[in-house]
Amino acid sequence: MNSNVVLAVVVSAIAFGTPLVLAGLGELLAERSGVLNLGVEGMMLMGAVTAFCVSQKMHGAAGLILFLAILASMLAGGAMALIHAFLTITIRVNQIVSGLAITIFGGIIGLSSYLGQVWNIGGVAGRHQFNNIDLLGLKNLPILGPLLFNQDAFVYASWVLVVAVMYYLYRTRPGLYLRAVGENPAAADAMGINVTGYRYTHTLLGGAFAGLGGAYFTLALAPIWTDGLTAGMGWIAIALVIFAFWRPDLLVLGAYLFGVFSALGPTLQTRNITVLPSEFYSALPFLMTVIALAAASTSWANRRIGTPASLGIPYTREEG
Amino acid sequence: MIGPLRVERRLDTPGWLKVAVPLASILLAAIITGILLLATGHNPISTYHQMYSASVTADGALSSTFVYATPMLFTGLCAAFAFRMRTYNIGGEGQLYMGAVGASATGLVLGDWPRPLLIIAMVIGGALAGMLWATIPALLRAYLRTNEILTSLMLNYVAGFFMYYLIYDSDSYWRDLTTPGASVFPTGKTLGPSASWPGITIGSFVLPMGFVLGVGLAVGLLFLIQSTRYGFEMRVVGDSPQAANYSGIRTKRKIVSVMAISGGIAGIAGSSQIGDFGHVLDPRGLEQAQYGYTGIVVAALALYNPLAVVIVSLLIGGLTNAGFALEGPSFPTGLVGTMEGIILFTVLGGEILARYRIGLRHRAVASTPASAVTATEAVS
Repeated sequence: MNSNVVLAVVVSAIAFGTPLVLAGLGELLAERSGVLNLGVEGMMLMGAVTAFCVSQKMHGAAGLILFLAILASMLAGGAMALIHAFLTITIRVNQIVSGLAITIFGGIIGLSSYLGQVWNIGGVAGRHQFNNIDLLGLKNLPILGPLLFNQDAFVYASWVLVVAVMYYLYRTRPGLYLRAVGENPAAADAMGINVTGYRYTHTLLGGAFAGLGGAYFTLALAPIWTDGLTAGMGWIAIALVIFAFWRPDLLVLGAYLFGVFSALGPTLQTRNITVLPSEFYSALPFLMTVIALAAASTSWANRRIGTPASLGIPYTREEG
Repeated sequence: MIGPLRVERRLDTPGWLKVAVPLASILLAAIITGILLLATGHNPISTYHQMYSASVTADGALSSTFVYATPMLFTGLCAAFAFRMRTYNIGGEGQLYMGAVGASATGLVLGDWPRPLLIIAMVIGGALAGMLWATIPALLRAYLRTNEILTSLMLNYVAGFFMYYLIYDSDSYWRDLTTPGASVFPTGKTLGPSASWPGITIGSFVLPMGFVLGVGLAVGLLFLIQSTRYGFEMRVVGDSPQAANYSGIRTKRKIVSVMAISGGIAGIAGSSQIGDFGHVLDPRGLEQAQYGYTGIVVAALALYNPLAVVIVSLLIGGLTNAGFALEGPSFPTGLVGTMEGIILFTVLGGEILARYRIGLRHRAVASTPASAVTATEAVS
C-alpha cells in the first residue's frame, strides 16, 4: 500500500470520524450527568432527515439555508432527547429501555423514514452542502494541508466544540457541578445544585449534538437521504464514550481511529484494491468496537476508567 | 423529587390500575399517532380501520399476521428472558441471522433425512448457531464485565455482513451456483420439500408450526423463571448481584447460560424463517424485516412476561402486517416503527405511573428547605 492510499484513508477518516466526534461529545455530556442515552442512532437519523428537508425545501442564500438546516437538526435531536429526559429523569423509566425505544421510534423503520417519505426527499441529490474550505491558504502543504487545512466548516466546528467541551468540563463551575451530579447526585443536591436541571440540560444538549452528527451525513458526507443512512454510527459513538474513559480528548482520537476503519473499505474500493471481501471492511468498525470495548474492560484499563458513578441510576431525593 | 411534579412510590398497586393503565396507555398512543397522522394529511379513523382490516378481517389477513408474529414471538422471548435478569441482550437480530445460517445448512446437509428428524435437526441447528453467537458477548460480560448491550448490538452488524458474504460475495455452501438465473441475481440454495415445516390449516387460516413451538417455549420459560431454582437464581442476580454473590450463586455462569439460552431462542426464530416461510437463506429479506429489534419492543410491552409476549407478538405482528399490506403513499413503512415507539413511550411511562402516585407539588412545600421537603414527602 503506497503513501498516497494511506493519506487518502486518513483524510476520509476525518470525514467519517466527524459524526462520531459530534454524537460522541453529546453522549459524553449526557453520561457525565448520569443519563445513559441509547437513543443516539435514532436522534442522528432525525437530525439527518430534518436537516436535509430544510436544505431541499427552503429558498434563499446557501449559507443561510445551511445554517437553518443545522439549527433544525439540533432541534430535532433535542426534541427526541426531551422525550428521553422526561421518561427517565422525571418518571424514572429504565434508561436502557427508554433509549432503545427512542432509537426504534426515530430509526430506520420509524419516524425518520416516515418524515422522509411525507416530505418526499428520498433518493435525490442535495441542493446545498458544506464544501471544503482552504483554511489560511495552506491546503497545498504536504500531508498536513489536506488533513488540517482543507476540511469543511463542520469539521472545523467540531474541533472548536471539542475544545469548548473540555474547557467547560474541567475549567468552569457548571462543568464541575456537572461532574458532581454524575458522580454523586445526593451530595450535589445537598450542595444546592439542581440535579434535575443539570440532567435535563445535558441530555437535551446530547440530543442536539447527536442531531448535528446526523446532519453531517446529509449536509456534508453524502448529501442524499436514504432510510437508516447512519448505519450504526450512533451506536459506535456510544461505545466510543466508554473506551475514551469519558474524556473528550481521547474521544476525538477514538473517533478518527474509527474513521479509519470506516474509510478503509470505500477508499480501497474506489482504487480497485481488493485484498479481502468488501463485507469484511464493512464489518470492521463493528468488530473493532467489540475488541476495543473488551480491551477497555480489562483490569489494566479499569484502574484508569472514569465511569460516572451514578450513570444509569435515576435520582430521587427521598430514596437517595 | 425536584421540579413541579411530585412522584411517590405506592405501597401496593390496586388491581384495577394494573388493567386500566395499559389500556389507557395504548389509547393514548393511538391518540398521539392520530395527531401525527392528521398533521401529515391523513385521516386517522380511516387509517386505523384499514389497518384493522389488513391485519385481521381481510382475506388471508389473519394468517399473514401470524407469519409476522412468529419470528417476533421468538425474538420477544429472547429479549424478555435475558432482560428479566438485567442482561440486556440486544443481539437477537444477529442471533436470528446466525440461526437462519445454521438451520439452512442443517436442512441442506441432512436433506435426505426423514421429515420429522430433519425438522428437529433444523430447530437444533438454528438454536446452536444463535447460542454460539450470543456466547461471545456473554463471555465478555461475565468475565471482563464488558457492556453486553453494545457488544451484542455490534455483532448484529457483523452477522449481517457475514450473511451477505455467504450469498453475494463467495462460492459458499449456502449459495445457489447451478441454476442459470442465480448467476445474475445471487440467491441461496432452496431447501428440499422435506425441510419445509408443516403448518396447521383451519379452513383458509394457516397456523405456522413455529408459532406453536414458540407458545410451548413461552410456557416452558415461564415455568423455568417462576418455579425452578434456576429461575429463582436468575431473579436474584437481576435484582441484586451482590446478594447473589453472597448467597453462593455462580453469577458468571448464570450470565453466560442465560445469554446463551436467549441467543438460542433467537436462533430458532432463524430456523423458523427458513423452515416455516423462506426455505432459502435470504440476507436482504431478513435484514429488512428487523425482527430482532422488534423483539425488544415486544418484550418491553409484555413487561418481560413470556406469556404476555405471545399476545403482544400478535399485536405487533398485526401492526407490521398492516404496515406491509398498506405500504404506499398513504401508509409509509416508517409509520410502523413510529407507532411502536409511541406505544412503548406510553406503556413504559404508564407502567411506572401505576406504581407511583403523581401529584403537583404544593407551593408551600417548594419553598421549604430541602430537609423539610424530604420529611413532608415521607409523611404524606
